[in-house]
Amino acid sequence: MAPLPAADIHARLKSRFGESIGELIGNRRDNASATVAPAAIVEVCRFLKGEPGLEFDCLSNLSGVDYPKRSLIEVVYNLYSYRQRHLFTLKVGAQRDDPVVPSVASVWSHADWAEREVFDLLGVVFAHHPDLRRILMPEDWPGHPLRKDFVEPEEYHGISTSRESLLKAT
Amino acid sequence: MSLINSAPEMALTTTVDDFLNWTRKSSVWYMMFGLACCAIEMMQTGGPRSDLDRFGMAPRATPRVSDLIIVSGTLTLKMALRTKVLYDQMPDPKYVVSMGSCANCGGLFQLAYSVCDGVDKVIPVDVYVPGCPPRPEALTEGLVKLQEKIQQERWIVRKDAPGTATGASVTS
Repeated sequence: MAPLPAADIHARLKSRFGESIGELIGNRRDNASATVAPAAIVEVCRFLKGEPGLEFDCLSNLSGVDYPKRSLIEVVYNLYSYRQRHLFTLKVGAQRDDPVVPSVASVWSHADWAEREVFDLLGVVFAHHPDLRRILMPEDWPGHPLRKDFVEPEEYHGISTSRESLLKAT
Repeated sequence: MSLINSAPEMALTTTVDDFLNWTRKSSVWYMMFGLACCAIEMMQTGGPRSDLDRFGMAPRATPRVSDLIIVSGTLTLKMALRTKVLYDQMPDPKYVVSMGSCANCGGLFQLAYSVCDGVDKVIPVDVYVPGCPPRPEALTEGLVKLQEKIQQERWIVRKDAPGTATGASVTS
């Protein structure tokens, strides 16, 4: 089985899902990506995983990026196929003030914790997620620390979050 | 005359404080509390080459029988609350060694949102061991310093009595 070129993967997505798939960005094997409409992401992922010849059996990474100037939070899905040895990247944009993206945990079960991490650090709500709780930060932590406008609290449970420098400014 | 036969005839004189301190410093059981890469050096210190056992130190898996907690590694704010709970469960007299830059002041991660800038913000520290991470020799020296500190403790003599060294808690 030879790896499919990124353009072919994109063409198959485009012919199946039409307007839901954005333009192909990047044409190398390892940097090709396309945006996907949020409503279509679960079906697109199911198609990519199950379709013979594509067979993206591994969601190698799921991350989020905050773009405050564009008022956008983008969720990035890095896919890999162990069987076909090809890669592709999907990106889903969400409104920054109310980011909701459907969960793909029903497609790849290990998306569960990855989505919890994106929820924890960026505040993206994954609809129909089986167990959407914080995974890294404490349950009572205020806000989502990887947002660009996150302000660190002065103290947490009485522990101040800053430390005075021992080097006095002269 | 063999040594065993002579033993009942021998007597040693010392103060109660010195005797208590000598026994305590010679059997410091430390709680296994590895948080990050410093824990690897702590294990190495407990291993055969550095061999903490020669000081009577043994790792324990629970705070309830531990005399010492070696905070080895980056302390997150989430873990800081748990560290306080563990420290509170240790029986007196109890000691804290802060191992490495992260436990001392937050170290490399001081500016991170999730990191507690030093374990001394949560529990009182007796010995700070600098390094990133400290070598086993450095930790061993820190623990020897702790033994010296334990030997200076005063338990029987009242703390406010004239002419006595400062000590830990005293009951009248």
